[in-house]
Amino acid sequence: MTISFDEWRARSPFYDETHEAVAQSVRKFMAAEVLPHIDQWEEDGELPRELHKKAAAAGILGLNYPEEYGGHSEGFNVFHGLTQSEELAAAGAGGLGASLMTHGIGLPPILALGSEEMKRRIAPEVLSGDKIISLAITEPSGGSDVAQLKTRVERVGNKYVVNGQKMFITSGMRADYMTVAVRTGGPGMAGISLMLIETDRPGVGRTRLDKMGWRCSDTATVYFDNVEVPPENLIGPENGGFIGIMRNFNSERLGMAHGCCAMARVALKEAMDWAQTRETFGKRLGAHQSIRIKLADCARQIGATQAWVDLCAHQHMQGKGVPADYAMLKVQATRMLEHVVREAAQVLGGASYITGSKVERIYREVRVNAIGGGSEEIMLDLAGRQMGLG
Amino acid sequence: MKVLVPVKRVVDYNVKVRVKSDQTGVELANIKMSMNPFDEIAVEEAIRLKEKGIATEVVVVSIGVQQCTETLRTALAMGADRGILVQTDVTTESLAVAKVLAKIAAEEAPGLIILGKQAIDDDANQTGQMLAGLLGWAQGTFASKVDPQGDTVNVTREIDGGLETVALKLPAIVTTDLRLNEPRYASLPNIMKAKSKPIANKTPADYGVDMTPRLTTLKVTEPAKRQAGIKVKSVDELVAKLKEMGAVA
Repeated sequence: MTISFDEWRARSPFYDETHEAVAQSVRKFMAAEVLPHIDQWEEDGELPRELHKKAAAAGILGLNYPEEYGGHSEGFNVFHGLTQSEELAAAGAGGLGASLMTHGIGLPPILALGSEEMKRRIAPEVLSGDKIISLAITEPSGGSDVAQLKTRVERVGNKYVVNGQKMFITSGMRADYMTVAVRTGGPGMAGISLMLIETDRPGVGRTRLDKMGWRCSDTATVYFDNVEVPPENLIGPENGGFIGIMRNFNSERLGMAHGCCAMARVALKEAMDWAQTRETFGKRLGAHQSIRIKLADCARQIGATQAWVDLCAHQHMQGKGVPADYAMLKVQATRMLEHVVREAAQVLGGASYITGSKVERIYREVRVNAIGGGSEEIMLDLAGRQMGLG
Repeated sequence: MKVLVPVKRVVDYNVKVRVKSDQTGVELANIKMSMNPFDEIAVEEAIRLKEKGIATEVVVVSIGVQQCTETLRTALAMGADRGILVQTDVTTESLAVAKVLAKIAAEEAPGLIILGKQAIDDDANQTGQMLAGLLGWAQGTFASKVDPQGDTVNVTREIDGGLETVALKLPAIVTTDLRLNEPRYASLPNIMKAKSKPIANKTPADYGVDMTPRLTTLKVTEPAKRQAGIKVKSVDELVAKLKEMGAVA
């Protein structure tokens, strides 16, 4: 029977003893540095900066980033990344991975499109945990419709001047740098650029947003009020930012889909432990046929989703991935998570409704997965268009 | 000074072991295995000695099946320099292990051998002591502090009633207690670097040691299930019940 990710890895063709070693190492990091504090961080609404440095020292922040910019990629592949995120999910607090690893969405556009000078200036201090970088795309006027974003940039002399607002920005309160999508040209996707903005520049303001879930992850509304930015902060060509935004999505969606599997396994484990110990009507809860069926059905859905995650990860590694597949995979994963955590809550009963249980926390994190990183509806519409129905 | 650390591959401490239906042992098929936690403490201590500039090289040894290589790799990822695998499929018993280690010690000439005080599978708590006996070296068991000073090492031991510190002349044997240190987690880059660190492949025959078990396991059974207790209302009732059971006179 394959329930835990340890068992899954042991029998999968995609994982070997180095993935096992990564799992062991990150598990110890979690036990020493995260699990004793996570409830406090959930209350605080953010992670301490110190954690980023500790995670960098453990090699967590730099995994699969180029060696010349302070990362380590030699011998590692996408499955080491999945293994790592599985362990980071063990706290049953998705905000941890979202906020500790925000550079996973903020840094790749710089590494893919930025100037050599920018890469050398930014990447090493982000991967060492000294600086925090966010990605700022979504605006108050809309998130899914990226091509219509309104944050405006004017060229004034030898400088860019930025005006606009960004919404729901993960790690936005603590970020030192932001990779920001702005409009430098005309309407539509052809007028969008990516720009690096240091948050200590005059005119940058931010407000904390409280959320249903992911509470240890700070989220902000960010305001740009006549922020002056030098031209060398442009990431890639002017008006060529859209492609940089899009290329981020595949790995982000793959990562989120795996994250959903990891969280679903945490919820299922909580429910199974409860079903093994709780007694009702003279026998173990799990010995009731209805409960047994519920839990097996959850395991079935997790396994099916994980198998597709692994396949897409393999395709990703080979450069054979198709955007529509990642989009549909993400929908599969978020719907699976929604079902599994619902059933886990039913099995735990009242205990799942009390603040502090992992299942209660994961239940509050279903929506951010189903909406963030591309809503289920946008994902399926994208796939439908690829099916020739556009 | 070279430090030698033997490491044993055991059932992971998180695994709830099940007794085999034929009562010959516990179920090991598809069970998660890891480094014996006491050995992890030993590896950590050796690496710390190296970081302090006291040790020059940390050599790890594992005796057992081929998969003990993974256990060695874990130690190498933590920071040990090289490994020795002594491969055997025979059940490893303390005396045979100590004999192999004595031969390796003669070859490697370490200043210090740090071992876990016991392995969590058989809980024998013998190997370090037997090794000290075979080598004729001083031993400091159940160490909660290890402090080498020139040609001696001060070992603090937790004993009934307090702490005892013994000064051992090097070369010496130290076995680790739980509170000696908290083992580090290997950083991810070091996991990959460990893949290229050398591991020498040996067999017990290379050391002229016969590993054939000398002990026979008669039977392995689950611990008896605990009976439900009863609540008593007063001390008098407690004493009466104990007398009834014959627990007190």
